[in-house]
Amino acid sequence: MLQHSYTHTAMSPSVPLQEMIRAIRSARTQCEERGVIQRECAAIRAQFRQADNGGRSHNLAKLLYVHMLGYPAHFGQMECVRMIASSRYSEKRVGYLGAMMLLDEKQDASLLITNSIKNDLSHSNQYVQSLALCTLACMGSAEMCRDLAPEIDRLLRASNSYIKKKAALCAVHIVRKVHELGELFAPAARSLLSEKNHGVLHGAVVLITELCERSSESLERFRKTVPDLVQIMKGLVISGYSPEHDVAGISDPFLQVRLLRLLRILGRNNETASDAMNDLLAQVATNTDSTKTVGNAVLYETVLTVLDIKSESGLRVLAVNILGRFLLNNDRNIRYIAMTSLQKIVGTDHNAVQRHRGTIVDCLKDQDASVKRRALDLSLALVSASNIRSMMKELLLFLSSCPPELRSQAANGIFTAAERYAPSKRWHIDTILHVLITAGGDVRDETVPNLIQLITNTSELHCYTVHKLYRALLSDISQQSLVQVACWCIGEYGDLLLRGDCQEVEPMQVCEDDVLDALETVLQSHMSSTATRGFALTATMKLSTRITDNVDRIRSIVSIYGSCIDLELQQRAVEYNALFKKYDHMRAAVLERMPVIERNSSGLINGDPTGEPVKEVQPSKVKTEVSLPLPQAADQTCDLLDLLSSSEQQPQSPPAAGSSILTQPLGTDCSAGRDLLDLLGGLEPTPPPTAVTVYEKDGVTLTIVCEKQSDSAMTVTLTGFNSSDCDVSSFTLQAAVPKSVQLHMKAPSGDSLPAGGAAKVTQVVLLNNPNKVNLKMRIRVSYSCRGSTVQETVQVDSFPGL
Amino acid sequence: MLCLLRQMRFLLLFSRQGRLRLQKWFTPMMDREKKKIIRDMTTMVLSRQPRTCNFMQWKDLKIIYKRYASLYFCLAIESQENELLALEVIHRYVELLDKYFGNVCELDIIFNFEKAYFILDEFLMGGEIQETSKQIVNRSIDASDMLQETLEEYMSKPAF
Repeated sequence: MLQHSYTHTAMSPSVPLQEMIRAIRSARTQCEERGVIQRECAAIRAQFRQADNGGRSHNLAKLLYVHMLGYPAHFGQMECVRMIASSRYSEKRVGYLGAMMLLDEKQDASLLITNSIKNDLSHSNQYVQSLALCTLACMGSAEMCRDLAPEIDRLLRASNSYIKKKAALCAVHIVRKVHELGELFAPAARSLLSEKNHGVLHGAVVLITELCERSSESLERFRKTVPDLVQIMKGLVISGYSPEHDVAGISDPFLQVRLLRLLRILGRNNETASDAMNDLLAQVATNTDSTKTVGNAVLYETVLTVLDIKSESGLRVLAVNILGRFLLNNDRNIRYIAMTSLQKIVGTDHNAVQRHRGTIVDCLKDQDASVKRRALDLSLALVSASNIRSMMKELLLFLSSCPPELRSQAANGIFTAAERYAPSKRWHIDTILHVLITAGGDVRDETVPNLIQLITNTSELHCYTVHKLYRALLSDISQQSLVQVACWCIGEYGDLLLRGDCQEVEPMQVCEDDVLDALETVLQSHMSSTATRGFALTATMKLSTRITDNVDRIRSIVSIYGSCIDLELQQRAVEYNALFKKYDHMRAAVLERMPVIERNSSGLINGDPTGEPVKEVQPSKVKTEVSLPLPQAADQTCDLLDLLSSSEQQPQSPPAAGSSILTQPLGTDCSAGRDLLDLLGGLEPTPPPTAVTVYEKDGVTLTIVCEKQSDSAMTVTLTGFNSSDCDVSSFTLQAAVPKSVQLHMKAPSGDSLPAGGAAKVTQVVLLNNPNKVNLKMRIRVSYSCRGSTVQETVQVDSFPGL
Repeated sequence: MLCLLRQMRFLLLFSRQGRLRLQKWFTPMMDREKKKIIRDMTTMVLSRQPRTCNFMQWKDLKIIYKRYASLYFCLAIESQENELLALEVIHRYVELLDKYFGNVCELDIIFNFEKAYFILDEFLMGGEIQETSKQIVNRSIDASDMLQETLEEYMSKPAF
């Protein structure tokens, strides 16, 4: 055997490989590089086809380099297989490397190396064995694992430490691929714990961890090893300096961390195991040097273990204190992980974490965005009734300078906290206003109705609130949510604003023109969204009953917007105009102060008609009217086709879009102004309805009552009455109308008319006549009386009340 | 339970210009996926501000990165793993390279990339730490090199 005066420096480099690398690197453009690589690959391909020329490993190495640059190299797969089977170590080495880089379990070629691996696992040379083990652990498929598992188990038991440690990690890979094989390795894993070699110990601990995480039987079994593990750990912590494994004064931190992790898994939910490791954990927590990262890595793992097992409270406090100390560390990595850990336990160990609130809040000012984010999460979790005032100061300060990606979270977190712990209503309103001024664009949609609801509930602060909002509006109209709330308040409490006497704010003389100017600015500004302009318009309208001198100005604003391009604003303006003209006598009542708004669970506002608590809310009532026609109505209309002069189908669609806003469903973007308009329809004065009898026979009568709903829509109420002395049953009505008129029959109240008029049957019919044709209706009445069926048809040509 | 759960998912080395110098994947993955991950990692890491911490959250993994001279080391670990220890893993690998090459620099890794892999494969295996002693890893590499050298010399000598 040749004697080498071999030093620790690198062995001689592969010249052909290095030449190629140089050539590639000297290419000045991407195109040139591609050219070089194409040439090289062609040469490599040619070489692969040739007989063994001693340069095979160099060629494959070149291909692997090219592959790393991102170029395709699949044509080298078979070469890897050939090289692995070679008897030359240099070729095996590169071959296995190639297999790990080019082959994975999805490639067919990977199966071809199974045999080589099998052979090499029992090679006489441990470095060859090592190659096989490494490759198996890297890309072994489930099949290969099943095939080679017994061999690995053998190596786990009888080989030197160099091979044992690799076999252990191979076993780990096998178990991950084929769970059932865990059983096979359990005994060997257990015995490995008595080894002294750190590499083997480490591998054993990893293997046992894997087994315990996969099966609860294994977990039970390995719990018995807790005393052994504690011993090993103690040895590492207390023993003297061991140069082989020392890292900055810590003896084998990698092994320590793995041991702590395994202890955590074993101690979880188990008192006995947790007790057995209590002292050790306390020892590690107090003795580990925390001046370097490596020490902190061990401390960190210790803390995680303490907090996860059933540790005694003193130890838990110790662990949380370590985290608290971490928060003060100069190293931001340490601060970051302290935060993440505290976040995980803020629910369970709330008081312990509260002790470090000051430091956490300071971290809101950290330079690092990740630390800031964590500090925000934690701070919000730590807000309580006792610290709400001071915490909110810090959070609002944070909000004014925080990075944009955190604003939404911060704003919403502040709202939630304010809602839960507000010490006073004024404080609550002030806080929300502050947020809207600072970050109004980042808050959720529900904020506006929620705030409005809060304001209406706080009647003692109406004056204060409207003053503050007015001032905010004057300085900035870009934050939509703020502007919306401000407009609403000004509209609602404008009289308080104009009175000018509010104790809590500085006196400010506000005249009617000022207020209207402010609202008009919002109306005209291109920054205002449609919803915002809607708020402003409604507010302007509401002021018409709260101011005295400038009502004409309001009238003209409202009439201008009657021809606004925006449909929403136009509709409002038109209706407000109507309120000025035809319904002026109602204007004061309609625009009255809103009552306290009830809040339903979704945070939407549910408006109740003023002074009419019993009546159901108009919009929801209308919603049912818009629902799809009932099946029986469909049948009825079809049957009537032959009655009509025209034979076309009657459309079943709900009333056309142009009809009254009563038919529009209540959306989430509802402003109080909208509710007001919805009430308008309900309060419309109707002259006492005249009932017209359209059918009468033997005591059974049918009357109709008509009500005009809008320009083209009307409701006809049909009422059946029985004044005879025999019962009437199966009383049904069918109706037909001219082609262009839309008809919808609602369900009748019943179908029996007892004798003597004890009860009646009513049925509502909705008609829509957009083309304003001459309205006629044919009604077929059918019922049973005295055992016989009666069927009659009547035609109605004139409708009273239209 | 995931069968792909292991300590480390992948290790990437790349230059300040984003050129890949080493890629080790500890779980099987499509080439397309690998390329995407490389793109994502280089973009994320290279755009980090100077005084930020070395940890990032990416999908369900934690990314630990550290710059040594002109090379970025980027290690992806499972979310329950110890980030501080991951930094130590990176540092240990750098130390091993340094011992082998003697004041290692990026060029060493470029021109001797296969050695960098051999060293890595003596330190980590299957996404876990294989050997915790620096000296043992170094000795193993030297012995493997010697085996290679010896056999090659032996093979190239004329038979007498």
